[in-house]
Amino acid sequence: MSIIEITYRELLLTGTLVIALAVCTVISKLGVARPLLIAALRMAIQLTLVGMILNFIFTKSGILWVAGISLVMLAVAGREVAVRSKRPLAGWWGYAVGTGSMFVSSFAVAIFALAGMIRADPWYEPQYAIPILGMLLGNTMNGIALSMDRLTDAAWRNRDEIEARLMLGEQGKTAIGDFAKDAVRSGLIPVINAMAVAGIVSLPGMMTGQILAGNDPSIAVKYQILIWLLIAAGCGFGMLLAIRLTVHLLFDERHRLRLDRLKKPDRS
Amino acid sequence: MKKGLSISDLCFLDWGPLSFSVNPAECVGLRGASGSGKTLLLRAIADLDEHSGTISLDETPCNSLSGPDWRRRVAMLPAESSWWRDTVGEHFPEELEESRLLVEQLGFDSGKVFDWEISRLSVGERQRLALVRLLQHKPRVLLLDEPTANLDEKSTELVEQVISKYRSNESVPVLWVTHSREQLERVSSRSLILENKKLSEEVAG
Repeated sequence: MSIIEITYRELLLTGTLVIALAVCTVISKLGVARPLLIAALRMAIQLTLVGMILNFIFTKSGILWVAGISLVMLAVAGREVAVRSKRPLAGWWGYAVGTGSMFVSSFAVAIFALAGMIRADPWYEPQYAIPILGMLLGNTMNGIALSMDRLTDAAWRNRDEIEARLMLGEQGKTAIGDFAKDAVRSGLIPVINAMAVAGIVSLPGMMTGQILAGNDPSIAVKYQILIWLLIAAGCGFGMLLAIRLTVHLLFDERHRLRLDRLKKPDRS
Repeated sequence: MKKGLSISDLCFLDWGPLSFSVNPAECVGLRGASGSGKTLLLRAIADLDEHSGTISLDETPCNSLSGPDWRRRVAMLPAESSWWRDTVGEHFPEELEESRLLVEQLGFDSGKVFDWEISRLSVGERQRLALVRLLQHKPRVLLLDEPTANLDEKSTELVEQVISKYRSNESVPVLWVTHSREQLERVSSRSLILENKKLSEEVAG
Protein backbone atom coordinates (compact mmCIF):
# COMPACT_ATOMS: atom_id res chain seq x y z
CA MET A 1 0.00 0.00 0.00
CA SER A 2 1.47 3.38 -0.86
CA ILE A 3 0.24 6.91 -0.45
CA ILE A 4 -1.41 8.83 -3.28
CA GLU A 5 0.84 11.71 -4.25
CA ILE A 6 -0.52 15.26 -4.02
CA THR A 7 0.86 17.84 -6.49
CA TYR A 8 1.29 21.60 -6.10
CA ARG A 9 -1.74 22.06 -8.36
CA GLU A 10 -3.98 20.46 -5.72
CA LEU A 11 -2.39 22.55 -3.01
CA LEU A 12 -3.02 25.76 -4.97
CA LEU A 13 -6.63 24.76 -5.53
CA THR A 14 -7.08 24.10 -1.80
CA GLY A 15 -5.48 27.46 -1.16
CA THR A 16 -8.39 29.09 -2.95
CA LEU A 17 -10.59 27.96 -0.01
CA VAL A 18 -8.52 30.14 2.32
CA ILE A 19 -8.54 32.99 -0.18
CA ALA A 20 -12.32 32.73 -0.35
CA LEU A 21 -12.42 32.87 3.44
CA ALA A 22 -10.21 35.96 3.38
CA VAL A 23 -12.55 37.67 0.92
CA CYS A 24 -15.49 36.91 3.22
CA THR A 25 -13.66 38.39 6.23
CA VAL A 26 -12.92 41.54 4.23
CA ILE A 27 -16.60 41.89 3.40
CA SER A 28 -17.58 41.48 7.06
CA LYS A 29 -14.76 43.86 8.11
CA LEU A 30 -13.21 41.43 10.58
CA GLY A 31 -9.74 42.77 9.95
CA VAL A 32 -8.10 39.35 9.94
CA ALA A 33 -7.66 38.87 6.21
CA ARG A 34 -4.05 40.04 6.14
CA PRO A 35 -2.79 37.97 9.08
CA LEU A 36 -4.74 34.97 7.80
CA LEU A 37 -3.17 35.09 4.35
CA ILE A 38 0.29 35.82 5.70
CA ALA A 39 0.05 32.93 8.15
CA ALA A 40 -1.12 30.53 5.44
CA LEU A 41 1.71 31.63 3.18
CA ARG A 42 4.27 31.36 6.00
CA MET A 43 3.04 27.90 6.87
CA ALA A 44 3.39 26.75 3.27
CA ILE A 45 6.86 28.22 2.84
CA GLN A 46 8.17 27.00 6.21
CA LEU A 47 6.90 23.46 5.66
CA THR A 48 8.30 23.34 2.12
CA LEU A 49 11.69 24.40 3.43
CA VAL A 50 11.51 21.89 6.26
CA GLY A 51 10.66 19.18 3.74
CA MET A 52 13.74 20.08 1.75
CA ILE A 53 15.92 20.12 4.85
CA LEU A 54 14.55 16.79 6.05
CA ASN A 55 15.13 15.21 2.63
CA PHE A 56 18.69 16.43 2.83
CA ILE A 57 19.25 15.27 6.41
CA PHE A 58 17.82 11.82 5.70
CA THR A 59 20.55 11.27 3.14
CA LYS A 60 23.23 12.09 5.75
CA SER A 61 22.94 9.80 8.69
CA GLY A 62 25.80 11.34 10.71
CA ILE A 63 25.02 12.12 14.34
CA LEU A 64 26.39 15.66 13.92
CA TRP A 65 23.70 16.53 11.39
CA VAL A 66 20.99 15.29 13.69
CA ALA A 67 22.50 17.09 16.67
CA GLY A 68 22.86 20.28 14.63
CA ILE A 69 19.25 20.44 13.50
CA SER A 70 18.06 19.46 17.00
CA LEU A 71 19.90 22.42 18.47
CA VAL A 72 18.38 24.78 15.89
CA MET A 73 14.92 23.47 16.82
CA LEU A 74 15.72 23.93 20.52
CA ALA A 75 16.96 27.49 19.99
CA VAL A 76 13.79 28.49 18.13
CA ALA A 77 11.57 26.86 20.78
CA GLY A 78 13.52 28.65 23.53
CA ARG A 79 12.96 31.99 21.85
CA GLU A 80 9.24 31.26 21.57
CA VAL A 81 9.02 30.59 25.33
CA ALA A 82 10.74 33.89 26.07
CA VAL A 83 8.64 36.04 23.73
CA ARG A 84 5.29 34.50 24.65
CA SER A 85 5.55 35.56 28.28
CA LYS A 86 3.92 38.81 29.28
CA ARG A 87 6.57 39.52 31.89
CA PRO A 88 9.49 37.19 31.22
CA LEU A 89 12.65 37.13 33.29
CA ALA A 90 14.85 39.87 31.91
CA GLY A 91 18.11 39.38 30.08
CA TRP A 92 19.64 36.03 29.26
CA TRP A 93 18.02 34.36 32.24
CA GLY A 94 14.53 34.18 30.77
CA TYR A 95 15.89 32.56 27.67
CA ALA A 96 18.20 30.23 29.57
CA VAL A 97 15.56 28.92 32.01
CA GLY A 98 13.07 27.97 29.28
CA THR A 99 15.65 26.61 26.87
CA GLY A 100 17.57 24.76 29.58
CA SER A 101 14.44 23.09 30.94
CA MET A 102 13.35 22.04 27.46
CA PHE A 103 16.82 20.75 26.68
CA VAL A 104 17.00 18.61 29.80
CA SER A 105 13.49 17.20 29.58
CA SER A 106 12.91 16.86 25.81
CA PHE A 107 16.35 15.57 24.96
CA ALA A 108 16.48 13.13 27.86
CA VAL A 109 13.04 11.76 27.06
CA ALA A 110 13.78 11.62 23.31
CA ILE A 111 17.04 9.74 23.86
CA PHE A 112 15.25 7.36 26.23
CA ALA A 113 12.66 6.62 23.53
CA LEU A 114 15.08 6.37 20.61
CA ALA A 115 17.84 4.38 22.22
CA GLY A 116 15.77 2.40 24.70
CA MET A 117 12.33 1.85 23.19
CA ILE A 118 12.43 2.21 19.40
CA ARG A 119 16.03 1.00 19.05
CA ALA A 120 16.56 2.07 15.44
CA ASP A 121 19.98 1.38 13.98
CA PRO A 122 21.75 3.72 14.61
CA TRP A 123 19.60 5.06 17.46
CA TYR A 124 19.81 8.62 16.14
CA GLU A 125 18.40 7.59 12.72
CA PRO A 126 16.96 10.95 11.55
CA GLN A 127 13.72 9.40 10.27
CA TYR A 128 12.82 8.63 13.91
CA ALA A 129 14.88 11.12 15.86
CA ILE A 130 13.72 14.34 14.25
CA PRO A 131 9.93 13.82 14.26
CA ILE A 132 9.98 12.53 17.84
CA LEU A 133 12.13 15.36 19.11
CA GLY A 134 10.00 17.82 17.16
CA MET A 135 6.80 16.61 18.77
CA LEU A 136 8.36 16.65 22.21
CA LEU A 137 9.79 20.13 21.79
CA GLY A 138 6.53 21.50 20.42
CA ASN A 139 4.56 20.24 23.40
CA THR A 140 7.08 21.02 26.15
CA MET A 141 7.44 24.47 24.62
CA ASN A 142 3.71 25.13 25.07
CA GLY A 143 3.68 23.76 28.60
CA ILE A 144 6.77 25.58 29.78
CA ALA A 145 5.75 28.87 28.17
CA LEU A 146 2.30 28.65 29.76
CA SER A 147 3.53 27.79 33.24
CA MET A 148 6.37 30.34 33.31
CA ASP A 149 4.02 33.04 32.08
CA ARG A 150 1.51 32.13 34.78
CA LEU A 151 4.14 32.27 37.50
CA THR A 152 5.84 35.54 36.57
CA ASP A 153 2.49 37.22 36.04
CA ALA A 154 1.17 35.92 39.38
CA ALA A 155 4.32 37.14 41.15
CA TRP A 156 3.78 40.59 39.66
CA ARG A 157 0.09 40.79 40.51
CA ASN A 158 0.35 39.33 43.98
CA ARG A 159 3.42 41.15 45.14
CA ASP A 160 1.74 42.42 48.34
CA GLU A 161 0.65 38.96 49.38
CA ILE A 162 4.03 37.35 48.69
CA GLU A 163 5.88 40.10 50.53
CA ALA A 164 3.44 39.94 53.44
CA ARG A 165 4.42 36.30 53.81
CA LEU A 166 8.10 37.20 53.61
CA MET A 167 7.53 39.77 56.37
CA LEU A 168 6.27 36.94 58.56
CA GLY A 169 9.59 35.17 58.07
CA GLU A 170 8.64 32.69 55.36
CA GLN A 171 11.19 31.44 52.84
CA GLY A 172 10.83 32.73 49.28
CA LYS A 173 9.72 29.39 47.89
CA THR A 174 7.07 28.99 50.61
CA ALA A 175 5.78 32.52 50.09
CA ILE A 176 5.27 31.94 46.36
CA GLY A 177 4.44 28.23 46.75
CA ASP A 178 0.74 28.42 45.97
CA PHE A 179 1.42 30.31 42.76
CA ALA A 180 4.16 27.89 41.71
CA LYS A 181 1.78 24.95 42.17
CA ASP A 182 -0.90 26.74 40.14
CA ALA A 183 1.61 27.39 37.38
CA VAL A 184 2.63 23.74 37.05
CA ARG A 185 -0.99 22.64 37.21
CA SER A 186 -2.12 25.04 34.52
CA GLY A 187 0.74 23.91 32.27
CA LEU A 188 -0.10 20.23 32.70
CA ILE A 189 -3.85 20.49 32.30
CA PRO A 190 -3.82 20.77 28.47
CA VAL A 191 -1.71 17.59 28.28
CA ILE A 192 -4.02 15.75 30.68
CA ASN A 193 -7.09 16.88 28.77
CA ALA A 194 -5.62 15.93 25.43
CA MET A 195 -4.69 12.45 26.66
CA ALA A 196 -8.12 11.97 28.20
CA VAL A 197 -9.92 12.50 24.88
CA ALA A 198 -7.23 11.09 22.57
CA GLY A 199 -8.78 8.98 19.85
CA ILE A 200 -12.37 9.79 20.87
CA VAL A 201 -12.73 13.47 20.17
CA SER A 202 -9.56 14.03 18.22
CA LEU A 203 -7.43 11.70 16.16
CA PRO A 204 -3.87 12.66 16.97
CA GLY A 205 -1.98 14.13 14.02
CA MET A 206 0.85 11.66 13.97
CA MET A 207 -1.43 8.66 13.99
CA THR A 208 -3.56 10.17 11.23
CA GLY A 209 -0.42 10.75 9.21
CA GLN A 210 0.78 7.18 9.58
CA ILE A 211 -2.61 5.79 8.66
CA LEU A 212 -2.79 8.09 5.60
CA ALA A 213 0.68 6.89 4.66
CA GLY A 214 -0.70 3.37 4.53
CA ASN A 215 0.59 1.96 7.80
CA ASP A 216 -1.23 -0.64 9.83
CA PRO A 217 -3.44 1.33 12.28
CA SER A 218 -2.38 -0.90 15.17
CA ILE A 219 1.28 0.09 14.66
CA ALA A 220 0.23 3.73 14.33
CA VAL A 221 -1.68 3.47 17.60
CA LYS A 222 1.32 2.02 19.46
CA TYR A 223 3.50 4.88 18.23
CA GLN A 224 0.87 7.38 19.27
CA ILE A 225 0.65 5.91 22.78
CA LEU A 226 4.43 6.01 23.05
CA ILE A 227 4.45 9.65 21.92
CA TRP A 228 1.76 10.72 24.37
CA LEU A 229 3.55 9.09 27.28
CA LEU A 230 6.77 10.79 26.22
CA ILE A 231 5.02 14.15 25.86
CA ALA A 232 3.42 13.87 29.30
CA ALA A 233 6.74 12.99 30.93
CA GLY A 234 8.74 15.57 28.99
CA CYS A 235 6.22 18.34 29.64
CA GLY A 236 5.85 17.53 33.32
CA PHE A 237 9.53 17.23 34.15
CA GLY A 238 10.36 20.24 31.99
CA MET A 239 7.79 22.37 33.77
CA LEU A 240 8.84 21.25 37.24
CA LEU A 241 12.39 22.25 36.40
CA ALA A 242 11.43 25.54 34.73
CA ILE A 243 9.21 26.59 37.65
CA ARG A 244 11.84 25.64 40.18
CA LEU A 245 14.44 27.72 38.35
CA THR A 246 12.04 30.65 37.92
CA VAL A 247 11.20 30.64 41.65
CA HIS A 248 14.91 30.56 42.38
CA LEU A 249 15.49 33.62 40.19
CA LEU A 250 12.52 35.56 41.55
CA PHE A 251 14.19 35.70 44.97
CA ASP A 252 17.72 36.63 45.91
CA GLU A 253 19.93 35.05 48.56
CA ARG A 254 18.27 37.21 51.25
CA HIS A 255 14.84 35.86 50.17
CA ARG A 256 13.74 39.23 48.81
CA LEU A 257 11.16 39.22 46.01
CA ARG A 258 13.05 40.59 43.00
CA LEU A 259 10.44 41.82 40.55
CA ASP A 260 13.12 44.04 39.03
CA ARG A 261 14.35 40.86 37.36
CA LEU A 262 11.20 40.76 35.21
CA LYS A 263 10.95 42.59 31.94
CA LYS A 264 8.25 45.24 31.62
CA PRO A 265 5.57 44.25 29.13
CA ASP A 266 5.66 46.01 25.75
CA ARG A 267 3.04 48.67 25.38
CA SER A 268 1.49 47.47 22.18
CA MET B 1 27.31 48.96 69.31
CA LYS B 2 24.58 48.68 71.86
CA LYS B 3 21.34 46.88 72.68
CA GLY B 4 18.23 47.56 70.64
CA LEU B 5 17.93 48.39 66.97
CA SER B 6 20.81 50.38 65.57
CA ILE B 7 21.17 51.63 62.06
CA SER B 8 24.22 53.29 60.65
CA ASP B 9 24.87 54.71 57.19
CA LEU B 10 21.82 52.97 55.76
CA CYS B 11 21.39 53.72 52.05
CA PHE B 12 18.64 52.42 49.77
CA LEU B 13 17.75 53.62 46.27
CA ASP B 14 18.86 57.28 46.54
CA TRP B 15 18.01 57.72 50.22
CA GLY B 16 20.60 58.04 52.93
CA PRO B 17 23.01 57.68 54.48
CA LEU B 18 20.67 57.44 57.49
CA SER B 19 21.76 56.63 61.03
CA PHE B 20 19.69 56.29 64.18
CA SER B 21 18.91 53.82 66.91
CA VAL B 22 15.94 52.68 68.94
CA ASN B 23 16.53 51.42 72.47
CA PRO B 24 14.89 48.33 73.95
CA ALA B 25 11.31 49.10 75.04
CA GLU B 26 11.50 52.50 73.35
CA CYS B 27 8.92 53.64 70.80
CA VAL B 28 10.19 56.09 68.19
CA GLY B 29 7.78 57.84 65.86
CA LEU B 30 8.54 58.36 62.20
CA ARG B 31 6.81 61.14 60.31
CA GLY B 32 7.14 62.61 56.85
CA ALA B 33 5.04 63.65 53.91
CA SER B 34 3.47 61.02 51.66
CA GLY B 35 6.11 59.75 49.30
CA SER B 36 8.95 60.77 51.59
CA GLY B 37 10.08 57.15 51.83
CA LYS B 38 8.84 56.08 55.27
CA THR B 39 7.60 52.75 54.00
CA LEU B 40 10.79 52.25 51.99
CA LEU B 41 12.81 52.85 55.15
CA LEU B 42 10.83 50.20 57.03
CA ARG B 43 11.21 47.80 54.08
CA ALA B 44 14.97 48.32 54.06
CA ILE B 45 15.19 47.65 57.81
CA ALA B 46 13.14 44.47 57.34
CA ASP B 47 15.64 43.57 54.58
CA LEU B 48 12.97 43.41 51.90
CA ASP B 49 14.86 45.78 49.62
CA GLU B 50 18.51 46.00 48.74
CA HIS B 51 20.45 48.39 50.93
CA SER B 52 23.94 49.20 52.13
CA GLY B 53 25.16 50.20 55.57
CA THR B 54 24.68 48.31 58.82
CA ILE B 55 21.47 47.35 60.55
CA SER B 56 21.81 45.40 63.75
CA LEU B 57 19.64 44.13 66.53
CA ASP B 58 21.18 43.59 69.97
CA GLU B 59 24.61 43.68 68.31
CA THR B 60 23.67 41.02 65.77
CA PRO B 61 24.07 42.44 62.25
CA CYS B 62 21.36 41.75 59.69
CA ASN B 63 23.73 39.93 57.36
CA SER B 64 24.74 37.36 59.95
CA LEU B 65 21.22 35.89 59.86
CA SER B 66 19.29 34.55 56.86
CA GLY B 67 16.63 36.87 55.41
CA PRO B 68 13.68 34.90 56.89
CA ASP B 69 15.38 34.61 60.31
CA TRP B 70 16.00 38.36 60.36
CA ARG B 71 12.39 39.12 59.39
CA ARG B 72 11.02 36.85 62.11
CA ARG B 73 12.93 38.99 64.61
CA VAL B 74 12.48 42.36 62.90
CA ALA B 75 8.81 42.26 62.03
CA MET B 76 7.14 44.75 59.73
CA LEU B 77 3.39 45.38 59.78
CA PRO B 78 2.48 46.73 56.32
CA ALA B 79 -0.12 49.46 55.93
CA GLU B 80 -2.43 47.11 54.05
CA SER B 81 -2.67 43.59 55.35
CA SER B 82 -2.71 40.63 52.95
CA TRP B 83 -4.43 37.30 53.51
CA TRP B 84 -4.06 34.23 51.35
CA ARG B 85 -6.27 31.52 52.84
CA ASP B 86 -10.05 31.47 53.19
CA THR B 87 -10.44 31.79 56.94
CA VAL B 88 -8.64 33.72 59.65
CA GLY B 89 -7.58 30.58 61.54
CA GLU B 90 -5.67 29.15 58.58
CA HIS B 91 -3.20 32.02 58.86
CA PHE B 92 -2.27 30.96 62.37
CA PRO B 93 -0.11 27.83 62.27
CA GLU B 94 -1.16 26.95 65.80
CA GLU B 95 -3.80 28.50 67.98
CA LEU B 96 -1.71 29.73 70.84
CA GLU B 97 -3.23 30.84 74.08
CA GLU B 98 -1.45 34.17 73.60
CA SER B 99 -3.10 34.76 70.22
CA ARG B 100 -6.50 34.10 71.82
CA LEU B 101 -5.71 36.64 74.52
CA LEU B 102 -4.56 39.18 71.95
CA VAL B 103 -7.68 38.91 69.81
CA GLU B 104 -9.78 39.38 72.95
CA GLN B 105 -7.78 42.46 73.86
CA LEU B 106 -8.39 43.82 70.34
CA GLY B 107 -12.14 43.44 70.76
CA PHE B 108 -12.85 40.13 69.02
CA ASP B 109 -14.58 37.03 70.30
CA SER B 110 -11.78 34.47 70.43
CA GLY B 111 -14.25 31.60 70.17
CA LYS B 112 -15.47 32.69 66.74
CA VAL B 113 -12.90 34.91 65.09
CA PHE B 114 -10.64 32.10 63.85
CA ASP B 115 -13.50 30.60 61.82
CA TRP B 116 -14.35 33.85 60.08
CA GLU B 117 -13.96 34.16 56.34
CA ILE B 118 -11.39 36.73 55.29
CA SER B 119 -13.55 38.08 52.48
CA ARG B 120 -16.23 39.17 54.96
CA LEU B 121 -13.91 41.19 57.20
CA SER B 122 -13.61 44.95 57.03
CA VAL B 123 -10.25 46.57 56.30
CA GLY B 124 -9.99 47.61 59.94
CA GLU B 125 -10.70 44.10 61.22
CA ARG B 126 -8.06 42.68 58.92
CA GLN B 127 -5.61 45.29 60.11
CA ARG B 128 -6.13 44.39 63.77
CA LEU B 129 -5.90 40.65 63.08
CA ALA B 130 -2.72 41.20 61.08
CA LEU B 131 -1.17 42.62 64.23
CA VAL B 132 -2.03 39.44 66.14
CA ARG B 133 -0.62 37.34 63.30
CA LEU B 134 2.62 39.31 63.48
CA LEU B 135 2.94 39.10 67.27
CA GLN B 136 2.44 35.32 67.41
CA HIS B 137 6.02 34.89 66.16
CA LYS B 138 7.34 36.87 69.14
CA PRO B 139 9.30 39.43 67.10
CA ARG B 140 12.14 41.34 68.77
CA VAL B 141 11.51 44.62 66.87
CA LEU B 142 8.27 46.10 65.56
CA LEU B 143 8.20 48.22 62.40
CA LEU B 144 4.65 49.56 62.18
CA ASP B 145 3.46 51.25 58.98
CA GLU B 146 0.39 53.29 59.93
CA PRO B 147 -1.06 50.51 62.08
CA THR B 148 -4.25 52.43 62.90
CA ALA B 149 -4.88 54.17 59.57
CA ASN B 150 -8.21 52.41 58.95
CA LEU B 151 -9.45 52.18 62.53
CA ASP B 152 -12.05 54.07 64.53
CA GLU B 153 -11.12 55.76 67.81
CA LYS B 154 -12.03 52.80 69.99
CA SER B 155 -10.05 50.27 67.96
CA THR B 156 -7.13 52.68 67.68
CA GLU B 157 -6.98 52.84 71.44
CA LEU B 158 -7.07 49.04 71.73
CA VAL B 159 -4.26 48.67 69.19
CA GLU B 160 -2.15 51.28 70.97
CA GLN B 161 -2.63 49.45 74.26
CA VAL B 162 -1.70 46.05 72.84
CA ILE B 163 1.44 47.41 71.20
CA SER B 164 2.51 49.34 74.24
CA LYS B 165 2.03 46.30 76.47
CA TYR B 166 4.03 44.07 74.11
CA ARG B 167 6.78 46.70 73.91
CA SER B 168 7.25 46.98 77.64
CA ASN B 169 6.69 43.29 78.50
CA GLU B 170 9.06 41.99 75.86
CA SER B 171 11.30 45.04 75.93
CA VAL B 172 11.31 45.46 72.16
CA PRO B 173 12.20 48.60 70.16
CA VAL B 174 9.27 49.97 68.12
CA LEU B 175 9.40 52.23 65.07
CA TRP B 176 5.96 53.72 64.46
CA VAL B 177 5.01 55.45 61.19
CA THR B 178 1.97 57.72 61.33
CA HIS B 179 0.66 61.04 60.06
CA SER B 180 -0.96 61.88 63.35
CA ARG B 181 1.02 64.07 65.73
CA GLU B 182 -1.47 63.41 68.54
CA GLN B 183 -0.90 59.70 68.23
CA LEU B 184 2.86 60.09 68.36
CA GLU B 185 2.55 62.20 71.49
CA ARG B 186 0.59 59.37 73.08
CA VAL B 187 2.70 56.41 72.00
CA SER B 188 6.26 57.54 71.39
CA SER B 189 8.98 59.15 73.43
CA ARG B 190 10.54 60.99 70.49
CA SER B 191 10.05 61.38 66.75
CA LEU B 192 12.13 61.31 63.62
CA ILE B 193 11.20 63.21 60.50
CA LEU B 194 12.05 61.92 57.03
CA GLU B 195 12.39 64.84 54.68
CA ASN B 196 14.32 65.31 51.44
CA LYS B 197 15.71 61.81 51.89
CA LYS B 198 17.34 62.77 55.21
CA LEU B 199 16.33 62.02 58.78
CA SER B 200 16.17 64.60 61.51
CA GLU B 201 15.14 64.46 65.14
CA GLU B 202 12.00 66.39 65.93
CA VAL B 203 12.70 69.08 68.49
CA ALA B 204 10.27 68.94 71.38
CA GLY B 205 7.83 71.80 71.72
